[in-house]
Amino acid sequence: MDKKSNQTDQARRRFFGQVAAVASLTVAPGVILQQVAHARSPEEPASDKNRWGILINTNKCAEGCDACVTACQDEYGWGPNGPETRSSDLQKAQWIRKVKLTDKQTGHVQTLPLMCQHCEHPPCVDVCPTGASMKRADGIVLVDKHICIGCRYCMMACPYKARSFIHEELHDQKVNAPRGKGTVESCTLCVQRVDAGRQPACVEACPEQAMIFGDLKDPESAISRELRENGGEQIRADLGLNTGIRYQGL
Amino acid sequence: MTVGQLSRQCILAAGLLLALPALADETGPLAVVPKPRAEANPEFGCVRPEEDMRKHHMDYLMVHRDDTLRRGIRTRDFSLAECVNCHITPKPDGQYARFGEKEHFCSSCHTYAAVRIDCFECHRDTPDPEKVRETAQQNPHRGLAADSNHPAGIMPVSATVGEAR
Amino acid sequence: MKKIRYSTIKGNSAGYLALLALLGAFAGAGLVAAYFMEHYGHYITGMNNQIVWGTPHVFAVFLIVAASGALNTASIASVFSKTAYKPLARLSGLLAIALLAGGLMILVLDLGRADRLVVAMTYYNFKSIFAWNIILYNGFFLLVAIYLWTMMDPTMSRYTKTAGVAAFVWRLILTTGTGSIFGFLVARLAYNEAIMAPLFIVMSFAFGLAILILVTMAACKWTGRPLGDALMRRLKNLLGVFIAGTLLLLLAYHLTKLYITQYHGVEAFILRDGGVYTQLFWLGWILLGSLVPLAIVYHPAWGKNRSLIGFAATLVILGGLAAMYVIIIGGQAYPLLIFPGKEVVSSFSDGVINSYTPSLPEFALGVGGFAVALIIVALAVKVLQFLPESLADEVVDPHHK
Ligand code: HEC
Ligand code: HEC
Ligand code: HEC
Repeated sequence: MDKKSNQTDQARRRFFGQVAAVASLTVAPGVILQQVAHARSPEEPASDKNRWGILINTNKCAEGCDACVTACQDEYGWGPNGPETRSSDLQKAQWIRKVKLTDKQTGHVQTLPLMCQHCEHPPCVDVCPTGASMKRADGIVLVDKHICIGCRYCMMACPYKARSFIHEELHDQKVNAPRGKGTVESCTLCVQRVDAGRQPACVEACPEQAMIFGDLKDPESAISRELRENGGEQIRADLGLNTGIRYQGL
Repeated sequence: MTVGQLSRQCILAAGLLLALPALADETGPLAVVPKPRAEANPEFGCVRPEEDMRKHHMDYLMVHRDDTLRRGIRTRDFSLAECVNCHITPKPDGQYARFGEKEHFCSSCHTYAAVRIDCFECHRDTPDPEKVRETAQQNPHRGLAADSNHPAGIMPVSATVGEAR
Repeated sequence: MKKIRYSTIKGNSAGYLALLALLGAFAGAGLVAAYFMEHYGHYITGMNNQIVWGTPHVFAVFLIVAASGALNTASIASVFSKTAYKPLARLSGLLAIALLAGGLMILVLDLGRADRLVVAMTYYNFKSIFAWNIILYNGFFLLVAIYLWTMMDPTMSRYTKTAGVAAFVWRLILTTGTGSIFGFLVARLAYNEAIMAPLFIVMSFAFGLAILILVTMAACKWTGRPLGDALMRRLKNLLGVFIAGTLLLLLAYHLTKLYITQYHGVEAFILRDGGVYTQLFWLGWILLGSLVPLAIVYHPAWGKNRSLIGFAATLVILGGLAAMYVIIIGGQAYPLLIFPGKEVVSSFSDGVINSYTPSLPEFALGVGGFAVALIIVALAVKVLQFLPESLADEVVDPHHK
């Protein structure tokens, strides 16, 4: 999806949604443009015909650049300028972080963004006592904060430390990111953007275009094609979680 | 039913009628899939008849929050963010009333009915600055601040409502 | 052997009221701490996004584990027909309920949204060990209550054995469940080991018995009930067996881990380089919490000294808290292995030993849980006939002449 269509306003998105609905009746399947296929009409639930994922090319990921992180912070209002003022640095939420890796043998240095990996078999979902940790039909792993009791077992279970706990009362949250004291949160794969047929904020913000967002179940999507041609690894693939976030050049 | 309420209902109904052609207009040739949008009333009727909302808003909200969060259904009728965009109470100092202050739409009855809700621990209790639906004068839920003169500076209706639609 | 007679305590002495007042003060402090944590949020505690379970959990897990262990004495009496322990069976059941209640209170009050307890009770994810534990805890309360009823109501006594077996089996499952809370965490190098469950079971035997010994000694002393040497000898020997058992499984646990290269780092951390965690492990858990009590209970002279046995039991409890600290907090302090073979740096404490400083509210809440458990015991023995009138040798030992 190009920059321009990302900036379409809601009306146009709805318009596209309707085009898609009509188009899919009239045009042969597969001929539909990829970007249109993303857009669902608002009343249509997420479907297991999709599995959303991101492919990150670590070779393109520049050390010192944190555009993805700041984009996420701006979108959802966490981070140094966020409403968490009393929590210590160790207590502040981080939905996405840049990680610098140095190979112990070769000394090779690389950086990459790390966030919720949106596993197919998410340990956080397995351990959650109330079912607040959940995976949507389209593979996006979320916290249903409406029934989260703040036990933090999911944080214990996550192999990627992707989750944070809110340690204080918050005010003036962003409209699209309700967050509040005593519940756990993490990267949502920008679920409300995805529902509107847009890309996650981090993907959009990357100046190197190191991230490709798309449908892993659609063999013709850019992400599937890239994975097929050049491969992509999972972090801690040995755990067998089948993550939705993949990396090249690990 | 008081006279005020009656007239509001009339306005609501009229608004619905007015909204239909507007809808068809916007979607143009795609009118084959028309979507009734109760909220699209330029006179700011609620998303369902008032009486219904008064009695059942909690049920609508609870169902909708699961629909949205767990299933990805993002219709706007019962979106909490949208309630807050319409049901605002501007205060003399240019701010909006916050949840917990008695002027806030969602605090008003609840304080009276001794209902406690935790929604605004997470959800923003003031409107999205870009989507706020009304000027002080036109807001049906001006609440207690209604009589005081609200300074200018809130987005003009024409722009915001039109766009949001 | 004489018939065992039970009676309530009078509970109007200055000492009793002072005890209640003291415990009440601790419990009150715990509640105040919990209120602050709920009201201001967890930022007032030392817990953070890396050490997500802190001191409250140390106390809570200890109490829950000890609760199932406390039931052991009753089980030995009714399931394994060792009549010598029968006089203590009621107290043992009472302690089990009280300790579990104290532990759960801590866990619940530490929740980020303790106000959503109803949610925890109404939404169940049956894949979650945690949810199973909620069911197990409730079942435990129920079964032990029934068990106590069969013991206290003469018309029900023929069901005592059945109820005892049920409670016994349930408690084994319960401790397995508690151990599995940690055992199933695939990502955490310090846990993720099937042996966590049996380890927790033997630990529960030791902790529960230590608490039972102390409570029995205190109750007999303060209410002037005789406590014979025969029972003390049995109890302290049993304590010795359980401590030794814990050490054995602990050895097995660390040997298994040392065998697998992946775990060398975390083992070195706990056993050698972990600073406070290493000290707590060796000095707290192994030396003071296990070896010293072992020496006391098996020493020909010390093992006869009541005060020293009481001291040994106290050490086992403190050692148990140290053990929980090492397991729960030490296990989180060691960094996750996200990128094997790489050195990792980030803004989110990747690749570093996580720091944690316990805070006053956390301690207050933990100690408050202990206090609540003891208050329950103190009140219950006043209302119902839990305490035997005598634990003298002729009551306890069938062969006593
Ligand atoms: C498009 C603007 C708009 C939106 C969106 C909206 N409302 Fe309303 N609402 C109104 C208007 C206009 C009225 C009637 C005027 C009045 O009561 O002052 C009303 C009336 C109500 C009433 C009855 C109030 C009374 O005085 O008895 C309730 C309750 C209510 N709304 C709740 C909600 C809830 C809950 C939501 C979100 C799901 C919501 N509204 C969304 C405009 C809106
Ligand atoms: C602990 C935080 C939290 C609390 C408390 C909370 N919510 Fe939410 N709510 C969320 C999050 C997170 C979302 C997901 C937002 C998204 O995906 O766009 C959400 C989404 C929703 C939605 C769908 C999105 C929208 O704006 O319409 C509704 C409706 C909703 N919540 C209603 C409620 C109601 C009603 C309450 C109070 C009874 C409540 N929530 C309390 C966190 C919370
Ligand atoms: C006309 C008065 C009125 C207004 C305005 C109002 N409410 Fe309510 N609300 C009630 C009453 C009365 C109840 C209790 C109903 C019951 O207990 O059966 C209630 C209950 C609720 C509940 C369920 C609480 C529970 O735990 O059962 C939620 C959620 C809720 N309201 C949300 C809102 C939100 C959000 C707003 C603002 C957009 C709002 N309400 C505005 C009267 C009102």
